[in-house]
Amino acid sequence: METTATKHPIIIIKDLYKSFGKNTVLNGFNLILNEGENVVVMGKSGSGKSVMAKCVIGLETPDSGTISVMNEEINTLKQEVIDELRTEIGFLFQGSALYDSMSVRENLEFPLRRHTKKFGTIKDTTPLVLEALESVGLASAINLMPNELSGGMKRRIALARTLILKPKIILYDEPTTGLDPITAKEIIVLMKSIQEKYNTSSIIITHDVDCAKAIANRMILLIDGINYIEGTYKNLKKSIDPKVQAFFK
Amino acid sequence: MKKYFDNIIKVIKAFLIEVGEISYFAKRFFKEFLFPPYEFKEILKQCYYIGNRSLFLVGVTGFIIGLVFTLQSRPTLQEFGAVSWMASMVSVSIIREIGPIITALICAGRIGSGIGAELGSMKVTEQIDAMEVSGTNPFNYLVITRILATTLMLPLLVIFGDVLAIYGSYLVENVKDNVSFALYFNQVFHILEFSDIIPATIKTFFFGFAIGLIGCYKGYYCEKGTSGVGKAANAAVVYTSMLLFVIDFIAVFVTNIFYHM
Repeated sequence: METTATKHPIIIIKDLYKSFGKNTVLNGFNLILNEGENVVVMGKSGSGKSVMAKCVIGLETPDSGTISVMNEEINTLKQEVIDELRTEIGFLFQGSALYDSMSVRENLEFPLRRHTKKFGTIKDTTPLVLEALESVGLASAINLMPNELSGGMKRRIALARTLILKPKIILYDEPTTGLDPITAKEIIVLMKSIQEKYNTSSIIITHDVDCAKAIANRMILLIDGINYIEGTYKNLKKSIDPKVQAFFK
Repeated sequence: MKKYFDNIIKVIKAFLIEVGEISYFAKRFFKEFLFPPYEFKEILKQCYYIGNRSLFLVGVTGFIIGLVFTLQSRPTLQEFGAVSWMASMVSVSIIREIGPIITALICAGRIGSGIGAELGSMKVTEQIDAMEVSGTNPFNYLVITRILATTLMLPLLVIFGDVLAIYGSYLVENVKDNVSFALYFNQVFHILEFSDIIPATIKTFFFGFAIGLIGCYKGYYCEKGTSGVGKAANAAVVYTSMLLFVIDFIAVFVTNIFYHM
């Protein structure tokens, strides 16, 4: 993908270590995400990709290492500051994570309720909800419940819920996993259009090579908890390293 | 032998850790529920769900307990020529002890497991994480509202169950001995004192709190996977039932101290 990235780092991860009991998942991982850039992190299942993303958003606490998001070191912040910062970071969950008991409208309204600092007091949320839904092409689903949506629609609504807070960064956790090839392609097109429209920076966690090819400005292969290799899609594909080649076969 | 003792120590340690974590969870509830934002709409919604979902079950159970209790007690009272004490005995037993504890146990099964399963499945499907990453406080929205709702609704459910139990008892007396409604309830109100009603009602608030607290705790910290949801719902019922008896014992103990002062 053609890059529109500037060299202003928006996320800096340094020497990230994380273990669960005796299982070391991240073993000194490093990453820099520049403004407007899409970085794809690829790795085998269980290689710690999602854990890394959860550390960035503050859902997991790393054992050691630093994560700086928009010049704020996430592990040292108070909860209120983290909550404010989270309005700038969208997170698309692998399973969409829509709230079952709420309609699509309520799902989208929910994140708006606490962020009066960023949005002011919103009397009518409908225009914001509709704008987000239109961005993902599902304005007609506003009154549906999550159990009435297909897998692809759920993923789109989850993306709309992420967009409603107008984040500067979006973390995608396996955005195309579990979808049929056509819907997966639609999601990839959507991700690209969102990046162009909102000028977001993204970390995309995936093991879908087609997704990586379509969207990555830069790729990192996460093997054994570290950055095994880094580069553009073309460079990585040319690599003769068998561990790298295994991802492209 | 050493292995046996090691296992016992392990179990005691795990139990104490669990008690500590539940206490910490309760502390967090008290720390956060006093301060805004207040989720009034969600509290009302939960009150409606919790009250409405259990109303039929509590009503039927209370009514049948009243019937059965009276039918079972009759032969013994007849032996002593004390059938006329039936209304007094039934009402005091129901109001002081049987009504609150049976209703609380039913609600532990009905509401506690429901909350455990609901929050557990939200945890497993990352809905709680999604709330957290959107910068809203899921503890405030999910836990505080449910604990407050169970604390407020359980006393009402107990009163409802008690009334139906006493009414059931009256029906048996009416059929067997043609006792009139006025006579029966006159005896009930004559024997009941505030010292019967107030402590029994106060303890139901604690019962409600325990049901909400354990249900939420087990759901909120549910293990991953669908089996985790089942375990959370099951553990919510088991732990709450045990805790209800402990609270009941403490309540009776404290009440007796005040009686003898």
